[in-house]
Amino acid sequence: MSTAMNTHDAHEAGAHHDEHHDTGSNTVFGFWLYLMTDCLLFASIFATYAVLFMNTAGGVSGEDIFDLELILAGTAALLFSSITYGFAMISAHRKNKAGTLGWLAVTFLFGACFIALEIYEFHHLIVNGHGPQASAFLSAFFTLVGTHGLHVTAGMIWMVILMIEVAKTGLTGRAITRISCLSLFWHFLDVVWICVFTVVYLMGAI
Amino acid sequence: MSDHSSEAHSHGSVKSYVIGFVWSVILTGIPFWMVMTEAFDKGPTYIAIVVLAIIQIFVHLKYFLHLDFSEQGKLDTYSFIFSAVIIIMVVALSVWIIYASNAMMM
Repeated sequence: MSTAMNTHDAHEAGAHHDEHHDTGSNTVFGFWLYLMTDCLLFASIFATYAVLFMNTAGGVSGEDIFDLELILAGTAALLFSSITYGFAMISAHRKNKAGTLGWLAVTFLFGACFIALEIYEFHHLIVNGHGPQASAFLSAFFTLVGTHGLHVTAGMIWMVILMIEVAKTGLTGRAITRISCLSLFWHFLDVVWICVFTVVYLMGAI
Repeated sequence: MSDHSSEAHSHGSVKSYVIGFVWSVILTGIPFWMVMTEAFDKGPTYIAIVVLAIIQIFVHLKYFLHLDFSEQGKLDTYSFIFSAVIIIMVVALSVWIIYASNAMMM
């Protein structure tokens, strides 16, 4: 891989850029490997949910508590945030600083919508007595959906820090590597969300 | 592979993001519509939403995460395939074991 990259870049931009780009692509690959371990974390939590979701301890089941319209709105917000992040990524590669910052801000807002809906849902459940302590089903539900929500929140914090970095130092090679890593993280979370809404919400509501 | 197309592979283009987005909207809309309107029986609905979710995961992998078998991208793809095999084993075998033991205790 690195050989191909070296010759590819050497033709284009000379030795300095070549060395830099190579380190960047290794970083992104390393981050991808981290995401694969994160996949395994989610897989374990999904397995736990699949095992426990029928154990409602005589309380509510998914059918009683899931509000699909709310989930559809959250899903839409996350999907829009995916494409706007893609636009931020393209702007970054075109060295368009204003565009990158603008699209990152839009992505952040969609992420915030998603998290706001999730907090509303969790709050609503807890005040109605359906908190995580009520049954094994609800424990597994809060763990799975909450872990995804925490990841999204972490991604949003990372996004703010990146926006500050880009605003201050511009689109350096290092900033672009970081934007690429967050891109993988953000799109990866959308893939996890596909599994969550299918397995938890849609299957639960059928 | 030319330099230009390898660029497009690693970062995506406006077109590829829009294609991925449109597919995702369709593949999200159909399962939600099926479940919310209860247009079909439970069995076919289950199968349909699982199949549509799997298709949508592949759409995301291709158009948003840019997984491919190019010289630069194949390591990412292989590590993903490895993880996917582990995930299928962890989830499917856990569910199998627990449901079988539940059935035996009935």
